[in-house]
Amino acid sequence: MENNLLSLIIFAPLAGAAINWFIGRRVRDERFIGIVACSSVAVSAIVAFYLALNSHGALRTEEPVLDHIWTWLQVGNFRADFALGMDRLSGTYALFITFVGLLIHVFAVGYMHGEEGFYRFFAFLNLFMFSMLTLVLGDNFILMFVGWEGVGLCSYLLIGYYFDKKEAGDAAKKAFITNRIGDWGFVMGIMLTFMVTGSVSFFASPEAGGAAHTAFEYFASHGPDPFTLKAITGLGATSIALLLFIGAVGKSAQIPLYVWLPDAMAGPTPVSALIHAATMVTAGVYMIVRCSAIFVDAPTAMFIVAVIGAATALFAATIGLAQNDIKKVLAYSTISQLGYMFLACGVGAFVAAIFHVITHAFFKALLFLGSGSVIHGMHHEQDMRRMGNLKKYMPITFITMCTGWLAISGIPIFAGFFSKDEILWKTWSAPGFNMPGGFNKILWGIGALTALLTAVYMTRMMVMTFWGSERFRETHDDHHGEDHGDHGHHGPLEPHESPWLMTAPLIVLAVLSTVGGFIGVPYALSSLATDKNINVIEHTLEPVVASVPSTGGQESAATPAENLNPHQETDSSPALHPLTESAGTAVHESHSPEEISAERLLALVSIGIAVAGIVIGLFVFRQRPLLQMPRLLENKYYVDEIYDATLIHPIETFSREGLWKIFDVGVIDGILHSLGEVITEAGRLARNLQGGLLRGYAAIILFGALVLIGVFTYFSR
Amino acid sequence: MEPQLSWYLALSALLFTIGVVGVIIKRNVIAMFMCIELMLNAVNLTFVAFASFFQDVTGQLFVFIVMTVAAAEAAVGLGIIIAIFRNRESLDVDDASILKL
Repeated sequence: MENNLLSLIIFAPLAGAAINWFIGRRVRDERFIGIVACSSVAVSAIVAFYLALNSHGALRTEEPVLDHIWTWLQVGNFRADFALGMDRLSGTYALFITFVGLLIHVFAVGYMHGEEGFYRFFAFLNLFMFSMLTLVLGDNFILMFVGWEGVGLCSYLLIGYYFDKKEAGDAAKKAFITNRIGDWGFVMGIMLTFMVTGSVSFFASPEAGGAAHTAFEYFASHGPDPFTLKAITGLGATSIALLLFIGAVGKSAQIPLYVWLPDAMAGPTPVSALIHAATMVTAGVYMIVRCSAIFVDAPTAMFIVAVIGAATALFAATIGLAQNDIKKVLAYSTISQLGYMFLACGVGAFVAAIFHVITHAFFKALLFLGSGSVIHGMHHEQDMRRMGNLKKYMPITFITMCTGWLAISGIPIFAGFFSKDEILWKTWSAPGFNMPGGFNKILWGIGALTALLTAVYMTRMMVMTFWGSERFRETHDDHHGEDHGDHGHHGPLEPHESPWLMTAPLIVLAVLSTVGGFIGVPYALSSLATDKNINVIEHTLEPVVASVPSTGGQESAATPAENLNPHQETDSSPALHPLTESAGTAVHESHSPEEISAERLLALVSIGIAVAGIVIGLFVFRQRPLLQMPRLLENKYYVDEIYDATLIHPIETFSREGLWKIFDVGVIDGILHSLGEVITEAGRLARNLQGGLLRGYAAIILFGALVLIGVFTYFSR
Repeated sequence: MEPQLSWYLALSALLFTIGVVGVIIKRNVIAMFMCIELMLNAVNLTFVAFASFFQDVTGQLFVFIVMTVAAAEAAVGLGIIIAIFRNRESLDVDDASILKL
């Protein structure tokens, strides 16, 4: 289905960015800039909701909404259009991106009040929305990569928003450069995809001519790679999947490329909420789910995804336990939650991953905006050791943050419970086609331990911020003397509640964090109350993601021919077979009583873990909020220092001593200088021809004539 | 004894060589100029000799053209020589080795 409105979703924020950049910088009226920025995002949100949810909307039919804007590249049989496509997956993403983005824009109008670069901030923020929506809605890998780089650029610009602070500039560069490593993998993955499949498109678009085929068709008709290490270098599905995963690791801050995300907190807090929690960092998850058809063919790659996801989740959670900067806690928490999403992708629970992306967008945006409200109220103090008892001063922020805290900890009815529980359950019950037997139980254990730690560190953060003694008074003099000389009108530091522009988005997000999980209540839990299957998210997304073969790895490897058929049946993305009924029925594969009771039991365990985490957190930190945490954790396992010593320092030394002093000065400058000398010498010689003596010229002419005559006589014989 | 073609050609070659050598060794501009004229006339002689030998009037026509060009060249050349003499008070070509004064 074609619908030209689709392009409005991406171009409205672009127009907002242009207006703010060219006109806003002259007007310098915060009201004008804020209205332009928010309304442009509002337009794209309204269009996104309309296109996704109307009666022929992308989320309600099997057929994607397409919008072919122009043919961009066409070389031989390579074709990449500037075209958008909204199917159930990208539609879901577009909905929460535009909606959460709108809330954060509104919040930012309040938060950024009085900033020098107000217009610049909103121009970049709108540009980010444009890039992010291009990434999500792009109908081929190339356009997705444009958006991918666009969000990277905007992330760089916004992290470095306070460019007069060295820390912010360094963090921006770190984020950009770290992402380059991931982008390398992504580009290589795209190239290999084209090499193998001959297409980079996601959707079979009528505009692309009759021969249009998508990049995923190839994988649907081929059996999965064997689950061996050799498959990694086999230039097949496994190689593609791993290269794409490298891209996702960079963008979504997984081990070993996560180091940029904590530093990215140098940007303004709304940026952290929008880019580094809710939307951009989940682009890697989106990409993997979009390519689920490739990943299910690559069990080795999925195994690696699951392991890295689980490791990151646990690793980041332990670091988050010991941070004192409120935003750093949330940053590590984000990395940890992203780890969960990759764990889900790795065990084949793509829908659960997307579900967690959505709920995480709600509660993490809420927590970040809440922390922004706290920082605003505390006059730009981020150190939790200098907070305490803020619930007295900031009641709305406190209550909304509480819902976010309960949601991320996994307390039932709050959104995070359902999505996290879904991931843990899917990990526990993973079919095991892509990992050694029983290994998924270990992954589940890691996930459960992470859930416990999550509850503990979030409780610690809440305790340090909102309960306890009012520590900001004691430390006021030594720290804030010079920092807030310009805020002199506040008098002695007195926290205050934020304006309604900031609290209103908090309240909306708090409501969503509370009820947002009900879009994905698993059958095992909903069947307690009603017989109907009310797992909306699974109904919606199941048809667009490939499902993993339910047979064991050994069997499928033994009989590839047989394996082909069940694979084709289950692996039906609507782009390939629109309106296939088999996809719809595959959703309800199994609700056997044993599984349901197992899932209920695990849900109980999850609840127990969450409650235990909060109780431990309260018990440990309630009385001693400033409890010294282990140095190893506080210093983030010295990962930055290790990277400095093993990678950055050697590269710097090599660049300075080798590339600069030897190669640049010696070889490149040498070539240039000797080239100059050669030309000077040649000129010195040629100068003798032009002596200025008339008779000399005559002699030369004579000589030339003689030579010519000689040549002609010699050859005409 | 009837004059042969080769006599004319030999004389012409001799005159031409004198002209060439004169251009190269003389330093006086006027003398060089005369040597150039000598070369032109040596060529003219060749033309006329061949025209007569082949009973073809084309060679004679060429001679007229050469003479016309030579007249024009003499006018321009003498003008330049006068200008050089006014500027440098010398007719030695080696004194005029640079364009600037």
